[in-house]
Amino acid sequence: MEEKVLLSLIEKDARRDVKDLAAILQESEDNILNTLSQLEKEKVINGYHTVINWNRANVERVNAVIDVTCTPERDYGYDRIASMIYQYPEVDTMYLMSGKSEFLVIIYGKTMTEIANFVGSKLATVEGVTGTSTNFVLKQYKKEGIILDVIEEENDDRLIVTP
Amino acid sequence: MLQDKLNKTVQEIKPSGIRKFFDLANTREGVISLGVGEPDFATPWNICEAAIYSIKTKKTHYTGNAGILPLREEICKYIKRTINVSYSAEENCIVTVGGSEAIDISLRAILNPGDEVILLQPCYVAYEPAVVLAGGVPKYIELKAEDEFKLKPEQLKAAITDKTKAILINFPSNPTGGVMTKADYELIVPIIKEHELIVISDEIYAELSYDEKHCSPACFEEIKDQVMIISGFSKAFAMTGWRLGYVLAHEVFIKQMLKIHQYIIMCAPTAAQYGALEGLRNGQKYVDEMVEQYRQRRNFIVNGFNKAGLPTHMPHGAFYIFPCIKSTGLTSEEFCERLLDEQNVACVPGNAFGDAGEGYIRVSYAYSIDEIKKALERITEFMKQFNK
Repeated sequence: MEEKVLLSLIEKDARRDVKDLAAILQESEDNILNTLSQLEKEKVINGYHTVINWNRANVERVNAVIDVTCTPERDYGYDRIASMIYQYPEVDTMYLMSGKSEFLVIIYGKTMTEIANFVGSKLATVEGVTGTSTNFVLKQYKKEGIILDVIEEENDDRLIVTP
Repeated sequence: MLQDKLNKTVQEIKPSGIRKFFDLANTREGVISLGVGEPDFATPWNICEAAIYSIKTKKTHYTGNAGILPLREEICKYIKRTINVSYSAEENCIVTVGGSEAIDISLRAILNPGDEVILLQPCYVAYEPAVVLAGGVPKYIELKAEDEFKLKPEQLKAAITDKTKAILINFPSNPTGGVMTKADYELIVPIIKEHELIVISDEIYAELSYDEKHCSPACFEEIKDQVMIISGFSKAFAMTGWRLGYVLAHEVFIKQMLKIHQYIIMCAPTAAQYGALEGLRNGQKYVDEMVEQYRQRRNFIVNGFNKAGLPTHMPHGAFYIFPCIKSTGLTSEEFCERLLDEQNVACVPGNAFGDAGEGYIRVSYAYSIDEIKKALERITEFMKQFNK
């Protein structure tokens, strides 16, 4: 089984039929199902999410990218401080970065005030955190490899039959 | 009166069978087509950007006849990297207007009236007219499904006469998806050497080799000087509309070809050359990604056709399958016409690629899995009447 190919197939489309995956990979459907559940167990597959353009759904959402600086702890490095941050459900994505700040934290909220409150009262007060710099997202152009708000639908403008 | 003014050779050339089918399919609404011989992918953005930049920086003039030297150098490096054959950018390479022009000038450079050129049918529709227009006489070898559409040594031997000048081959093949491996070539190379045949090798689908590394007849040192490699950017780099190809050959041939090219064409389009240059320098990862997609689609579509009751061998290259439709009792044209009429799916009748293609259809998988899936549902429905 070409696991890497299977993963890249469902990375782009988590809803692909098992039947189709079996045909593409030249494997039995059972084999595909077993491999998938194995990969879920091993936490290689961590979820099946949907790419939503909330703007189009007329739902107000505010998205902030926050640089967080901190002082690492003896014995734990950055990991314990990180866990104090990523446990908050408001935190969508978190990275340890090279560069001028230690963490990059992505947060979704309903309003700017909500995010400001979260940063001021929760994030900035975590022990070890020495500073935050909050950048609000004005517009998202691309998400998970998908261009949002495509101006024109892409038509197949090839001739219908060619040599 | 005007009819009498026409050139007899051109007049006698039959219009392409594909054209006929295009006209038929083009009149209908809601057709799902599996009839297209070009990639569905857009040209990788870095190539487009490089071409746009070349225009912005006023690279809008003629280039040297053979094409800009950096591009020819990159082509030679690319060929060295992929099939390990050495060519000189200055002496062995011309950048052409698509592989099509390269085929034309290679034939015109070598053929005298009456010279025979062996074609392997089923084959790309332009070969026969190209030979005829160059004053040659096409001779045919019929490749067989049971041989996976490979050229067999006994077939080649039987086709050679004292007038045979050249053989025009195309592996991976449009329309069959057939390939020739190193082992396959080993059997025919001695015959090519013995009879001093020129091999015009159209390798436009070389990148689209899924199971084994592409092999060229030029890889055989003993016949390398007799081989002209034709290739281009259309299929591998999804650049069909840019019209950019190239030919690699011994300088004896290149000198003559360059004369035709410089008088008839002058040079290949300049912006396209700069785009292709970027493609060769920084585009391999995009090519590899497209090839992987084609490979997945191939597996998917072969499975679907076999399940629908149309025996289809697993092709090892290009982006076509060549299913056998003999079990339906229909001719290739009847099959395609009825499939279009009853289920609105367009494929190309195999006989458009020569008589040897009768009993088969050419199906392209240069479509997304979702589109292929929709087409397969309709084809399965169509086949129900024959599978009782």
